[in-house]
Amino acid sequence: MKHDKIERNVGILIILTMLAISAGGLVEIVPLFFIKETVEKVDGVRPYSPLELRGRDIYIREGCYLCHSQMIRPFRDEALRYGHYSLAAESKYDHPFQWGSKRTGPDLARVGGKYSNDWQTQHLTAPRSLVPQSVMPNYPWLSKTALDYSDIQGRMKALRVTGVPYSNSKAEFDKNVKDFGEETAKNLHIPDAEKNLIAQAQAGNYDTNPDKLTEMDALVSYLQLLGTMVDFRKYDDDYFAKFR
Amino acid sequence: MSQDNKKVTVETTGHVWDDDLQELNNPLPRWWIWGFYITFGFALVYWLFYPAWPIGNTYTKGVPGLNNITYVATKVDGTQETKTTHWNMRSKLMVEMNELHKEQKPYFDKVAGKSFEDVSKDAELMQFVNSAGKTLFSDNCAPCHQAGGQGKIKFAPNLTDDYWQYGGTYENIQTTIVGGRHGVMPAFKTILTDAELTQVSNYVLSLSGEPHNAAAAKLGDAIFHGDKAGCYACHGAEAKGNIAMGSANLTDKIWLWPDVLGAKTPEAKLGEVKTLIYGGMDKGVMPVWETRLKPEQIKLLTVYVHDSLGGGK
Repeated sequence: MKHDKIERNVGILIILTMLAISAGGLVEIVPLFFIKETVEKVDGVRPYSPLELRGRDIYIREGCYLCHSQMIRPFRDEALRYGHYSLAAESKYDHPFQWGSKRTGPDLARVGGKYSNDWQTQHLTAPRSLVPQSVMPNYPWLSKTALDYSDIQGRMKALRVTGVPYSNSKAEFDKNVKDFGEETAKNLHIPDAEKNLIAQAQAGNYDTNPDKLTEMDALVSYLQLLGTMVDFRKYDDDYFAKFR
Repeated sequence: MSQDNKKVTVETTGHVWDDDLQELNNPLPRWWIWGFYITFGFALVYWLFYPAWPIGNTYTKGVPGLNNITYVATKVDGTQETKTTHWNMRSKLMVEMNELHKEQKPYFDKVAGKSFEDVSKDAELMQFVNSAGKTLFSDNCAPCHQAGGQGKIKFAPNLTDDYWQYGGTYENIQTTIVGGRHGVMPAFKTILTDAELTQVSNYVLSLSGEPHNAAAAKLGDAIFHGDKAGCYACHGAEAKGNIAMGSANLTDKIWLWPDVLGAKTPEAKLGEVKTLIYGGMDKGVMPVWETRLKPEQIKLLTVYVHDSLGGGK
């Protein structure tokens, strides 16, 4: 085809441009759907509970990902500072995933359980009160703003479309019981989302203020979960190497 | 501009816009072309050494034997096995971490094998404890206990003094790190009246010589030791606390949860204590470290906190 013809026909130009730029994606991404080592076989990874899911949405809303990655790479310095490298399996229910390579703050992939709820709440409200050298902004509104969970079912349904196994029927619920155990399956049931969200917030008291259900409750519940789903002590220390 | 254009003698693509706007077809510089060809060569060599092309449900792993990695894996049951595999980052990390552990192992073995007291007496080993302990402390403990272990009012206790809420022996400190702690005091808002809260707060202030109303403190003494509030059950009849449950010593002039020393006026001091008794507290949570740190790291950290920061009691 003549150069001239392509440049003078916008339709053909668009189609050919799209083909050219998708070649890289096709070659690099598509095979990963077929290679069986892509996602590690590992126990414990589950979708987020309604409260954790709202927390994750707040994490994204506040732009935490702009400074914090959630991907520990298999390098010595990262293993020493952050712990076991991240697995693909650990973010298989993340849409969108929170990987990344730009870190102004530390990686958060395994921050769950490292600090108390009290610490997380205080640190999010006023980071420099605990870490004097921190450059993180203050997020004082999180513990003052009541958590809006009116659309939680819609959020779960949207993720369900992308393949996250939130259940909407008895049959799907039963499958989740089989896959994740009854305790977790209950939390993944869309019709009970509001009830479960409130129950988890009350039991966890994440923002250390039991009287109020705030955005801080949701965000801290999410942070406390990060990187804790897989118990690495159950696996040989090179078990995950065979998936590469 | 239009005059310059007329002087152009290089080849053009033949496209002409707006009468005289032409697209030149200059050849790329030779060095650039060669650089481009070299990347092809580099890719070919790379495919021989590293995982590269996807094929069906697997991928090429480089020429077998050309770029293998051999490492020692430790299984869940503690046995070790030497394995060889094609080059990959996760196996490379195994090699690097094993090298690191090999360097540190003799020291960690010594820490693990000796009693706390013997580690403490071994000057050479203490150099390792201090440097490794500082790293571990900065990463894991300093966010709450602060960089020098000085603690934070209303948050985390000072580790540099001789007073230990859960006990300051090596064993006590180790237990604290392994299993974490959770400080709880019940709220007395429904048990005591406002007047009684004021009285018992005055008594608490009197225990450490803070300004107080002596008459109210006397009444507070009775409440403290009475069964209605039962303060003595946790804090002890002498109000010296109990390290087994972490109840605070109220006589030692050290204040963690009510900021008595920071409050400027007697009224403010009373307010701090009263607020705490009124609402109780469910805050002093220290995370469990057993799941995050190895036993030998916890032992080393115990010695570091005991010897280098605190000093046990």
